[in-house]
Amino acid sequence: MKLLNKSGMRSMFLGAAAILAMPISLSAQDFSGETIEWTIPFGVGGGTDVWARFFAPQLSDALPGKPTVVVLNVPGGGSISGANQFAMRASDDGLSILGTSASTQYPALLGDPRVRYDFADWTAVLASPTGGVVYVDPKYGVTGPQDIDKLRGEEIRFASQGATALEMPVLLGFKMLGLNIKPVFGMESRGAGRLAFERGEAGIDFQTSSAFISSVQPLVDGGKAVPLFTLGVVDADGNVARDPSFPDMPTFVEFYEQATGAKPEGEAFEAWKALMLAGFSLQKMVVLPKDAPAEVIAAYGDAAKAIVEAPDFRQRAGDELGDYEQLVGPDADAALKEALTLDPGIQQFLTNWLSEDYNVRM
Amino acid sequence: MFDIALSALGQVMSGGHLAFLVLGVCVGLIVGILPGLGGIAGMSILLPFLYGMDPVSALGMLIGMVAVIPTGDTFTSVMMGIPGSSASQATVLDGFPMAKRGEAARALSAAFTSSLLGGIIGALVLSFAIVMARPLVLSFSSAELFMLTIFGLSMVAVLSGRSLTKGIAAAGIGLVIGSIGTAPATGEARMTFGIDYLYDGVPLVVVAMGLFAIPEVIDLLKRGTAISETTGLGGGWGKGMRDVLRHPWLVARCASLGCVIGALPGLGGAVVDWIAYSHVVQTSRDKSQFGKGDVRGVIAPESANNACQGGALIPTLLFGVPGSGSMAVFLGGMVLLGIQPGVTMVETRLDLTYTIIWSLALANVVGAGLCVMLARPVARLTQVPFVYLAPFMVMIAMFAAFQASRSMADLVALIVMGAVGIYMRRFGWPRPALLIGFVLAPGAENYLYQAVQFYDWGWITRPGVIIIALITVVSVFLGLRFGAEISSEGESDSADQQTRGRQVAFAGLLLLVAAYCVFEAAQLSFLGMVFPLIIGILALIASLAVVLRIRSGRAAEIHDDDASLTLAGESSGRERYLAIFAGLVALIWLIGFIPAMVVFFPAFLIIAGKARPLTAAMMTAGAVGFISLITWAMTLRLPEGLLGLTLF
Repeated sequence: MKLLNKSGMRSMFLGAAAILAMPISLSAQDFSGETIEWTIPFGVGGGTDVWARFFAPQLSDALPGKPTVVVLNVPGGGSISGANQFAMRASDDGLSILGTSASTQYPALLGDPRVRYDFADWTAVLASPTGGVVYVDPKYGVTGPQDIDKLRGEEIRFASQGATALEMPVLLGFKMLGLNIKPVFGMESRGAGRLAFERGEAGIDFQTSSAFISSVQPLVDGGKAVPLFTLGVVDADGNVARDPSFPDMPTFVEFYEQATGAKPEGEAFEAWKALMLAGFSLQKMVVLPKDAPAEVIAAYGDAAKAIVEAPDFRQRAGDELGDYEQLVGPDADAALKEALTLDPGIQQFLTNWLSEDYNVRM
Repeated sequence: MFDIALSALGQVMSGGHLAFLVLGVCVGLIVGILPGLGGIAGMSILLPFLYGMDPVSALGMLIGMVAVIPTGDTFTSVMMGIPGSSASQATVLDGFPMAKRGEAARALSAAFTSSLLGGIIGALVLSFAIVMARPLVLSFSSAELFMLTIFGLSMVAVLSGRSLTKGIAAAGIGLVIGSIGTAPATGEARMTFGIDYLYDGVPLVVVAMGLFAIPEVIDLLKRGTAISETTGLGGGWGKGMRDVLRHPWLVARCASLGCVIGALPGLGGAVVDWIAYSHVVQTSRDKSQFGKGDVRGVIAPESANNACQGGALIPTLLFGVPGSGSMAVFLGGMVLLGIQPGVTMVETRLDLTYTIIWSLALANVVGAGLCVMLARPVARLTQVPFVYLAPFMVMIAMFAAFQASRSMADLVALIVMGAVGIYMRRFGWPRPALLIGFVLAPGAENYLYQAVQFYDWGWITRPGVIIIALITVVSVFLGLRFGAEISSEGESDSADQQTRGRQVAFAGLLLLVAAYCVFEAAQLSFLGMVFPLIIGILALIASLAVVLRIRSGRAAEIHDDDASLTLAGESSGRERYLAIFAGLVALIWLIGFIPAMVVFFPAFLIIAGKARPLTAAMMTAGAVGFISLITWAMTLRLPEGLLGLTLF
């Protein structure tokens, strides 16, 4: 059936025509006149949607033949529905691409039964990292790691979207620090969580870098929030570096070390790093089916590189993408393969933790 | 501040910006008229223009689109009895009977005039609120929001028509249907029967279309005339405008209601029209015409739903948290333009803030103006024999339903909900009550859990909670005391006492649904169980009461508008038409949307409408062309069909 695939045939003919017409540039991939459908498994206006809509016109410009790139929002199941649909239907001629986010990666990592997709079937061509900051209500009188005992002495509420959502490594971090955090699940977005903090319902909160800069920094300046630590930037080898957006803020690892007097280690820390890698170091990714022809994948890699290396990219990306290095082409894919292979022991640890602490069964 | 506001007005009014605003308005009207499409579809048309535009024009265009969606959707609600979007569900109750009575133009112009006034009031409130609304929005915590959902549910008392018991049972079933999917507190699957589609719950568009559109189409087909029963268009647009001017306080009250409800993130525009509608019913002395074509029933929701957009902009701009679905789209657009909404923006970029406010007011004027001009010609459609309109309406309904989650299951769910709607109509169950329960279920559960977890049981004693509770009690009291005479389900048949068996059977079916909800809830963890258990028991008791009352022949619960035909051993054709639509869904599933329409249109027009083949061919081409154009222009999708996928 795959051989009879219409668009596959079309690209074969196109390929043949290209070979006849331009015998010199054999590998040139041409998308002229084509429409590329970019599935975004989230609703309009959310972080991943805005991210895709930022890249879509640039991708259209940078791909050979300047194809039209349209964003197709398929919300539902916290991104699982859209990703499932993509896994089932996507054509492997480069005309179907998918945008993923932490909430697409985590359930796949944990073996959620609703997941019908496998990241191993996909090739990443662009990955956008992000970071995040944890901050508390000043009423606890906590300013840094030295006050950890004060923090531990309180039951603090945390407004969260869900145990397996973006906040997962944050929740695990709280557990490692021995804090008595009571998460309130079911927030519609991180923004709704921040509102709960502003209302004084939640005592501790977490926002991604761009949201922190635009919405929490004014609270910090007004004395209504105290930043504790960033999550840091985790590389494939498990090294945790300071967040380039907040170079003066300690990372979770530094905070932990100063609070407890020892470096974090053990299964929990390995699991934390794995979650950081899969959900933050590569928070949003552009993937396409790995069966796509090599020159198609190469064309995407080159396009992503061209976009990211454009002189005014940083300026246009602004706070939304932050000061993080975008991974493109084979680098992105290598990072994906690394991030999505989870040691079975760690996976077991995570599922046990979710089931014991939050009653979530995978 | 005043000078900034004026200079912002100057900028918005200058030629280029105004042109973009009008462009946005036009897109918004189209999106509003087509049921099931919301800001997403509008955004995908406007997006290509957004790049490289200056923020003033771009914001004007986006606001122009978002602001008039609740203006355009009135056409569909009044003319077809289908809610054009969730904000105009209540307009159907009186707007559609007016159209049937030959007063479509009057209903439309009253609706547009009140939309205009409501929208302007919304913009006015926004311009003052933006500087001081922060504490207000922050004072609404999950506890107050939960109480507001209860207030919303209390509207059932007003909208139940003759039988409050049926209303409560219907709302209970709505709550049960609304809690299908993943439990918000624990993530457990509930009543999904292992079907992936149900994990996210049934989409609102599908439920609203199934409950209202399918039964209306079938009912009109059954009657076999045009929508309008009279030939003249009636008083026309001047009369509608005078209707609105006669009720200035009603407009002001409903617009204020709309602003406040819009300003609370989480509750959304889907209930604002019901609350406004109930408000007008409660406060009117003569209630006898509500549900039969009272123009006040059009004015109230329409003034509220446009004002709601102004209110919804408050949390969007102040906190960057969208106040409604279409505001999420607007928020995304702002971020794309490189504008970060939030207190910082409101304080430091006051010029942009005022640009948004002026655009909102202007868009309402332009949108209402365009619609008033179109009202009379469009109203003529109500005089076309309905059998010619029916396939268009079915096509639009299926197209809209499919856009909900782009799954064939959307269409299956549409037919199932259609069947529920048909029998609810036939046996006199208030469909609005079910819809309200459905809309409020997720909010009610979520906010209750959040309130309990944030405040333990102390949430009950919060002043805001107590105030809303008192308002709710007064509202229910008024609703019951003055016994609403509104009937959303038409008249019964004189022989209705003799078909009690069938009526009991349908009520029994709903009872089984409630019982299943209780049964399934009992197997969940505590937090996943509490809510479905409570609403399940509520629905169970209420539907049991209905069964008993029908059996004992209580007049308030007895209703069957098909009784005489059934007794004569004939069928009114409802089941037949439903079967035809189900067949159409099967055909779409098999060969895809467009091919299925190419088969269905001429077949229906020639067999049922006795159209000449040439006419049928032309209408088919027009319809298919139209839907293809919309799909292409808005980068939407249509079902592809099993056969097509296999062949290619």
